[in-house]
Amino acid sequence: MTRRKPIATGSDWNFETLTAYEREIARLADEYRLDTYPNQIEIITSEQMMDAYASVGMPIGYHHWSFGKQFLAVEQAYRRGQMGLAYELVINSDPCIAYLMEENTLMMQVLVMAHACYGHNSFFKGNYLFRTWTDASAIVDYLVFARRYVSECEERHGVAAVEQLLDACHALQNYGVDRYKRPSPISAEEEARRQAERAEYLQSQVNLLWSTIPEHRPAHGPEHDEEDPLGLHQYGRYPAEPQENLLYFIEKNAPLLEPWQREIVRIVRKLAQYFYPQRQTQVMNEGWATFWHYTLMNRLYDEGLVDEGVILEFLQSHTAVVSQQSFDSPYFNGINPYALGFAMYSDIKRICQEPTAEDREWFPDIAGSDWLETLHFAMRNFKDESFIQQFLSPKVIRDLKLFTLVDDDQDEMLTIEAIHNERGYRRIREALSTQYALSVREPNIQVWEADIRGDRSLTLHHVQDRRRPLAKSVYPVLRHLHQLWGFPVKLLSMEGEEVVRRYQWPLPADLEGRG
Amino acid sequence: MSYFIDRRLNDRHKSEVNRQRFLDRYRTHIKRSVEEAVNKRSITDMERGEKVSIPARDISEPVFQHGPGGKRTVVSPGNKEFVEGDRLRRPGGGGGGGAGEGSASNQGEGMDEFAFSLTREEFLDFVFDGLELPHLERKALLDLEEVRPVRAGIAREGVPARINIVRSMREAQARRIAMRAPIKRALREATEALEAEERKDPVLRNPARIAELKAEIERLEKRLDAVPFIDTYDLRYNNLINQPQPSNKAVMFCVMDVSGSMTQSHKDIAKRFFLLLYLFLERNYEKVELVFVRHHTAAKEVDEDEFFYSRETGGTIVSSALSLVDEIIRDRYPAHQWNLYVAQASDGDNWDDDSTTCRQLLIKSLMPRLQYFTYVEITPHAHQALWEEYESVQAEFPQRFAMRQIVEAGDIYPVFRELFRRRAER
Repeated sequence: MTRRKPIATGSDWNFETLTAYEREIARLADEYRLDTYPNQIEIITSEQMMDAYASVGMPIGYHHWSFGKQFLAVEQAYRRGQMGLAYELVINSDPCIAYLMEENTLMMQVLVMAHACYGHNSFFKGNYLFRTWTDASAIVDYLVFARRYVSECEERHGVAAVEQLLDACHALQNYGVDRYKRPSPISAEEEARRQAERAEYLQSQVNLLWSTIPEHRPAHGPEHDEEDPLGLHQYGRYPAEPQENLLYFIEKNAPLLEPWQREIVRIVRKLAQYFYPQRQTQVMNEGWATFWHYTLMNRLYDEGLVDEGVILEFLQSHTAVVSQQSFDSPYFNGINPYALGFAMYSDIKRICQEPTAEDREWFPDIAGSDWLETLHFAMRNFKDESFIQQFLSPKVIRDLKLFTLVDDDQDEMLTIEAIHNERGYRRIREALSTQYALSVREPNIQVWEADIRGDRSLTLHHVQDRRRPLAKSVYPVLRHLHQLWGFPVKLLSMEGEEVVRRYQWPLPADLEGRG
Repeated sequence: MSYFIDRRLNDRHKSEVNRQRFLDRYRTHIKRSVEEAVNKRSITDMERGEKVSIPARDISEPVFQHGPGGKRTVVSPGNKEFVEGDRLRRPGGGGGGGAGEGSASNQGEGMDEFAFSLTREEFLDFVFDGLELPHLERKALLDLEEVRPVRAGIAREGVPARINIVRSMREAQARRIAMRAPIKRALREATEALEAEERKDPVLRNPARIAELKAEIERLEKRLDAVPFIDTYDLRYNNLINQPQPSNKAVMFCVMDVSGSMTQSHKDIAKRFFLLLYLFLERNYEKVELVFVRHHTAAKEVDEDEFFYSRETGGTIVSSALSLVDEIIRDRYPAHQWNLYVAQASDGDNWDDDSTTCRQLLIKSLMPRLQYFTYVEITPHAHQALWEEYESVQAEFPQRFAMRQIVEAGDIYPVFRELFRRRAER
């Protein structure tokens, strides 16, 4: 048995003890093959933490009132004690920047290092979404570029003009993402170097698209068509395929935007792209970090590097983090991603180490396999949606007592569709997976047509998911879109092939009774 | 590989710009909220910052979202009694549905009010936004006794602490060049003459001349050395002169009727009004002094506590207070040094024949020296003699004399704003 010789005791910390603990955690993490970016651990005050919060964790950002609103909200909640600040904040960058608050106790600092610097960090480096969609080494540079560019625009074109543009872009930023194409990596130098060039080129492209002087006719001439004798519609719809990335479409095709405005649209789009993986891996990411802080803290205790006081304090804090309130509790606030993620990773480990007959039936591939290998595999190759689909075990469903409720507006009553029993497992797994699919959480809206040879109006299609309509916010968003596009904007809600609702901006002067 | 960075000493107001942008953007909303707060809040609170709330709907950032309706499946934890196929009534009894997922909207957008705090400074900025002190034109400079030293070029005299080194050295260099040039020229001539003499054939040389020249050169070199590097009259000093200053001091006289007819609620209203005025003056002047004068049939200068909280009974003679104010001004606050403000609150009662005295006192003696006189009458009833007499004062000094009626606490701030509204013609 190892002699218990803790590195430090009590709740005070200093840089020597933090460094010593960090070294120990790194050694243990290495045993578990956690591959990380180098860590840049920054000690900050609570006020600085609020600043960091307000800029959604970006170490540097352009100025916008919405960040100020965020700051005020956080500040108010914190001052009134409604909300504790998160103990840490970690940024997907290389080196990986993690913020530690100075108010934290020694235990908390060690916990946070394990959680953020080895948990989240290894997730950022390992998960396929982050590997594909973000370039950790370039993000800080790009943020610097974005901030400088936006403030230059403010000087040149006025704060109000830039603010309005950013408002409009923010309204659409969830639709500024390429879901299937891999974006080119972003880097500040590259951006700055090519920005001017691109501005010019883009404008010329747009001019070409919108040019009203007819180009030379195709040599063979249009085929004769009774409906369209002059061949005005022979080129078909533009764009030929529906476009899911609204901001990209705006950036490339909006007829009236100035080059600098296109660049700002691009900046918002790029940042949305950067945060896209985070929105899709909440459960996995938090679960992974929680699993590892739990494992690493226990190892530290086993080796006698922390004393009983620290580990008890840790257990209390950990329990609070992974607690899941029931749906009928007054504190219920949805499914806690920490709790779900932690339960799932822990259960994967259990399935590998001590599989039951049920596990062998449900997870023949992983039952009894090497747990560390399996865990890494699960972390690398999934997002929340597929992770749940693949790994949510009956045991976790039973432990959390999950059930599904169907709310159909054509039905007087709500129906319990499935509970944690043999018949319900698969259905619950399916439903929970869908609940985490971004494509279902957000309305499916795509660019359908830009009427480049007509009134220049832009038409979007909203494909309804199980008859769910759009919220009222659709009008203000359309107004923003109209500002960017510069010509009328229409949105059609589709149920199958049928148009069920029409929205448009500007609102028609005389209300047509269609709809 | 890891490293620690201590950022605690770094700038901690990274969000300040964004915060200000937010406040600017929602100026009108915040102002409305501040106005409500001013009317509601108790007097001593005025000094604090304020919690302000504005409707969340006005500041929401819209995005495309699912609305209520359609068919949705929700997975929730913590099942206790449900079994598959259970049918439940919709909470809130049904039309349209969609009650289940209220909390799922992103980040508390569901809240009706967006609440946050303003600092004291920001709060007061909003309170006094668009207001200014009337009649703030500077008093004629001749009257001013206050002075402030200001830079006024360079002088030849001064104290060592104000030596302007660059200018002094430049003067010294100029003097050195001027003084040494003729000597150098003579020296050069002498040297050349000596060389010419020495180049001659030894037979033809004039030893006496050579000796003479050598002596001359030596004398000139001495003179050259004697030119000082810096001299007293090279020195230049930064000059300061005293410039008369518009007075930055103000004194505010709070005059209140404390006769029996003034109830505590009247006094509260008066106090709020005085407080607003005080805060406002404080923002315009470096130093604001307060003088509290209360009166019934006789006037007395008192301290703040006594002013607001002691009770008196009896009749009312307003002129007693005005003449006391007049006296205090004469004794302690000469009009050329102080900006004088008088705020009077009363319920309008006065001995009838005294009101005329008040008018005369104001017109003859007080008004010419005052910056501004405000009179608020706290009464729901019809005006009496005092109001009418004051109206004639106002006719005489329309710029500097203001009077308003306040019926209830809610009127204070609107009346205050009206009195100090920024005049359009400016």
